[in-house]
Amino acid sequence: MYNIVWLIPLLPLIGFIFLGLVGKKLKSESLIGTIGSATVGISFLIAFLMFLKMLSTPLEAPVIVNVYKWISAGYFSINIAYQIDQLSILYTMIVTGVGFLIHIYSIGYMHGDRGFFRFFAYLNLFIFMMLNLVLANNFLLTFLGWEGVGLSSYLLIGFWYDRKFQGIRIIWTGHAANKAFIMNRIGDFGFLIAMFMIFVNFGTLEYTELHNILVSNTISYQYSSAIGIITILLFLAATGKSAQIPLAVWLPDAMAGPTPVSALIHAATMVTAGIFLVARNSLLFALAPSTMNVIAVIGISTAFFAATIGTVQNGIKKVLAYSTVSQLGFMFAALGVGAYTAAVFHVMMHAFFKGLLFLGAGSVMHGMHNEEDIKKMGGLQKYMPITYKTFYVASLAIAGIPLFAGFFSKDEIMWQTYNHGSAIAWFVLALSAFMTAFYMFRLVNLVFHKEERFDHKHIHPHESPKTMTIPLIILSVLSALGGFLGIPYILGFWFSHNPNFLDNFLEPVFKDANVVLGFSENHQLGGSEYLFMLISVTIALFSIWTAYKWYYYDDKWSVPRKLVLKFKGIYKLLWNKYFVDEVYFTTIVDPLITSSREGLWKFFDVKIIDGLVNGLASITTFFGNQVRKIQTGFAQTYAIVMLAGAIILISWLFFGL
Amino acid sequence: MEIQVLFSLPLIIASFFAVFMPVFDAILKKNKQIIFLFTLLNFLLVIVADIFIFASPEFFTGVLKSGLENSDFGKFLSDAVSLGGYTSFFDLLFAIAGILTLFAAKDYLKKESYELKEFYSLVSFSFAGMLFIAHANNLLILFLGIELMSISFFVLSGFFRNNILSIEASLKYFILGAFATGFLIFGFAMLYGATGSLELKVIAQKISFNQVTPIYFALAIGLIFVGLAFKASTFPFHQWAPDVYTGAPTVVTGFMSTAGKTAAFAAFIVITKAIFLSNLVIDNATVNPPVIAITRNSREILAIIAALTMLVGNITALMQTNVKRMLAFSSVAHAGYILLGIVSNNSNGWSGIVFYAFAYVFMQIGAFVIVSLIEKENGSNLNLSDYNGLSKSHPFLSASMAIFMFSLVGLPPFAGFFGKYYLFLSVIQSGYLWLALVAVIASIISIYFYIGLIINMYFKEKEGEPLTVQCKTSGISIILSLIGVIFLGIFPSLLMNPLLNLFK
Repeated sequence: MYNIVWLIPLLPLIGFIFLGLVGKKLKSESLIGTIGSATVGISFLIAFLMFLKMLSTPLEAPVIVNVYKWISAGYFSINIAYQIDQLSILYTMIVTGVGFLIHIYSIGYMHGDRGFFRFFAYLNLFIFMMLNLVLANNFLLTFLGWEGVGLSSYLLIGFWYDRKFQGIRIIWTGHAANKAFIMNRIGDFGFLIAMFMIFVNFGTLEYTELHNILVSNTISYQYSSAIGIITILLFLAATGKSAQIPLAVWLPDAMAGPTPVSALIHAATMVTAGIFLVARNSLLFALAPSTMNVIAVIGISTAFFAATIGTVQNGIKKVLAYSTVSQLGFMFAALGVGAYTAAVFHVMMHAFFKGLLFLGAGSVMHGMHNEEDIKKMGGLQKYMPITYKTFYVASLAIAGIPLFAGFFSKDEIMWQTYNHGSAIAWFVLALSAFMTAFYMFRLVNLVFHKEERFDHKHIHPHESPKTMTIPLIILSVLSALGGFLGIPYILGFWFSHNPNFLDNFLEPVFKDANVVLGFSENHQLGGSEYLFMLISVTIALFSIWTAYKWYYYDDKWSVPRKLVLKFKGIYKLLWNKYFVDEVYFTTIVDPLITSSREGLWKFFDVKIIDGLVNGLASITTFFGNQVRKIQTGFAQTYAIVMLAGAIILISWLFFGL
Repeated sequence: MEIQVLFSLPLIIASFFAVFMPVFDAILKKNKQIIFLFTLLNFLLVIVADIFIFASPEFFTGVLKSGLENSDFGKFLSDAVSLGGYTSFFDLLFAIAGILTLFAAKDYLKKESYELKEFYSLVSFSFAGMLFIAHANNLLILFLGIELMSISFFVLSGFFRNNILSIEASLKYFILGAFATGFLIFGFAMLYGATGSLELKVIAQKISFNQVTPIYFALAIGLIFVGLAFKASTFPFHQWAPDVYTGAPTVVTGFMSTAGKTAAFAAFIVITKAIFLSNLVIDNATVNPPVIAITRNSREILAIIAALTMLVGNITALMQTNVKRMLAFSSVAHAGYILLGIVSNNSNGWSGIVFYAFAYVFMQIGAFVIVSLIEKENGSNLNLSDYNGLSKSHPFLSASMAIFMFSLVGLPPFAGFFGKYYLFLSVIQSGYLWLALVAVIASIISIYFYIGLIINMYFKEKEGEPLTVQCKTSGISIILSLIGVIFLGIFPSLLMNPLLNLFK
């Protein structure tokens, strides 16, 4: 069964090639949509069957399936090989499952678009690359997927390239695509160097082999500086892909792409690749305690800062984008304190509810002629009942209302942060959770409730077609019930001995890391966990109540208005996203461009060289005159540079004897 | 067939065609088609000969891996040229570059109304020169090869003889090239003075036994490096390259900046393999004779040159709005990447160079072929904005261009990625981590302008009339380049394994 794993990525690849080559000639949208979705759907089924098999006969060690030898060059050999274990199969199911639903949704959403076939081809390419990323058994193949998802994300962000998009130094979608790509490449710099260093230090790039080397020498590798540097570099890569500080700024601009893309790539799957990378190398990271601390701090700060920005934004997708950044911060916080399972759990739940929120937002925009400003919405509840209900479920889930998906996963993260981290960390996350619930219900109230603030003459809101609402319904069921995969011990142990399914399931993957981190098998059942649970629920409820009070029971929104006037400075700071973009432009981008134009090109070529020539005039006159007769006069300056270079080079060698 | 004859076939074929091409030219007065086919035959025969060489049992295991001394013919040749081994891969590389250029040139020259038969003779001359560079086992042969290639290039860059830019490029190249040659030949003389031999094998022996005059030796290395660095267009000897590459006919630029540059690096390999002590010797040296200090210092110098070349090439390319000029500057940067292999001074580095050169030939010529198709009379229509909306009017061209750009950036799974990967890894292995860091940073900078072109093609609309492109034989070049870029990305070990084996 496991040895047909190559089919899982192959099917979307076939879909991509087929649609890319003959898609233009296929006139029927439903045919294109069916091909695009079916390839992903079948991949999901295969992954699901493997998952079932894994449940019936638990897998102790990962299964490696070789496809072919990619590189075998004596000192360095890499296979195209897929690794099946609990982590990869879970990710595969998220990618193909949520991916399938979003493909179906796109059939309705992209209806009538002139690039319909291109869109599905790109989506399939994305799924193929993402599956390579998560199924790979070595860094290089993961890197291929890593670059590939970046590439397809780039193509999809810029998909509607003729549309305008607002942002700092961004006027149309192509700029946004570019920004995402370049930010990601800065992270990739970390990936590449880390990969080189892993190879030089351990002589392998395979995950299992690296794991075995580390397991047999945990003592000697702990606190080793090489591992410290490698993990920091890998984490740099993760911050790029998963939009964490300092590389977070690209994600909100990535919303320039069509909404299904935001749901699939920039919420549910690609942005969690950074979490995957850390989880996949859990043991390596566990051996670098200082890196773990960095991860926790970055995760917690990102969660907090992004949530604060989310509370003041007015674009429906923008709020969701900052919410995504913030939720990814939660996941990194969990990774940082060593709660790998909690992070993966939240990845899964987040894929459900955030995918649903984005698709809901897409459905709203679909019915509102692409209006994004929530100030110009309101009262949509009666026009789009299904969208409203599903959106509401997702909001409850992300806010952390008990029994919904987000409650279990977020609560797990917060509890672990307190347990293995510190009270301050917990407190900051609790504040972020408060703001999360607030901005979500601010969104719900402004979009769906109360008076209709849109222009009735031009906009006639309507519910979306079935291809769009059915995925919404399925995802809302998952958002409502998915959390039961990971019932906390403290609640679940009333039902059975060890009810946390996910924790048991992932145990083989994180076992060795947990040993290094000193986490015991036995989970203490302290009463304090009840208390924390109670506090988070109270926080969520209070926050929702606040949102209702300010935006539902008060038609004039007087409290928020007053706050804005009173704290103008803070509001401006949040509204402008802490001016991070501006800072990057003035400190990094502009100097580089200026130095290229003014420095290397104009200054170096023109001024320095000319200056040099003028300074050495007496020496060069003869030479220059000879040359000038047959040349424009520039060759002589080149020759002078060559001469200077030659003198430096030769004297170095000569005096270096 | 005598095995030595088989192994020298590529050289014999190339020399034969180079010598007789002008004769054919004179006999077949007006028939351009036949001359074109003759030149093609030249390249194809070399490739066929190489295939036979690769297939021969002696290639990997036999005596020819080390030398040819066991026959009179071999002895005669071995003083002058080395046969078999990695040099055969250079034959293949140059022949492929030649074929790609040839098909593109046919369309391009016709479009610019310059389809003169001399073009084919000149390409054949330079081809022969390149082969002699790669096969050289003697400073004189090396020098002859370099000059044969360079002089053909001087003429080729001025091939549009009514175009002022082309003429300027040619003159500039010639004057500066002559200047650089002065350094080179003086360096060779010094090396002869230091070691008492022109034969590289003997020179290597003398150096390893420390039987050289250090002062002359240091001077020799310095002078030779200046000369070769000029040919390879590395900082600070690179400034001619953007001007010449922009002014020269586009297909010539494609050929010069790939095959020509690779030939310069072949010369680098030939020279440094002889005059650098192996890393093992240096690392384990207990005493510190001047030879070791010189090798160390020259590698330091090359490392710095490589770093500056990559940075300067890429940063300057950032500001270019003319696509041809942008590619010209970026080709300077690529020389920096390739130089990493020389700095590593080990088999991984050398095989990395050859691998990268293959990747580079495919992606860079591919890109230049597309530029040559978009270009209009007198070097117009070369700006970035002229590529707006190309994906609409010419989806195949723009998709190919995008793939070449991605490969030049170094994205997997294209050939360029593995080229960079091997080179970067090899410098880290020989202890130059900082250089690899600079290289990665430089390649991140390069994304900006390569992707910029893709943005113009895919994400911008064309104003005015859509472009019309006459693409007949050029299509063959593009498809071959695409196959090369993708194939080497998916099956890199097919090339890398034999190379590593041969460089051991």
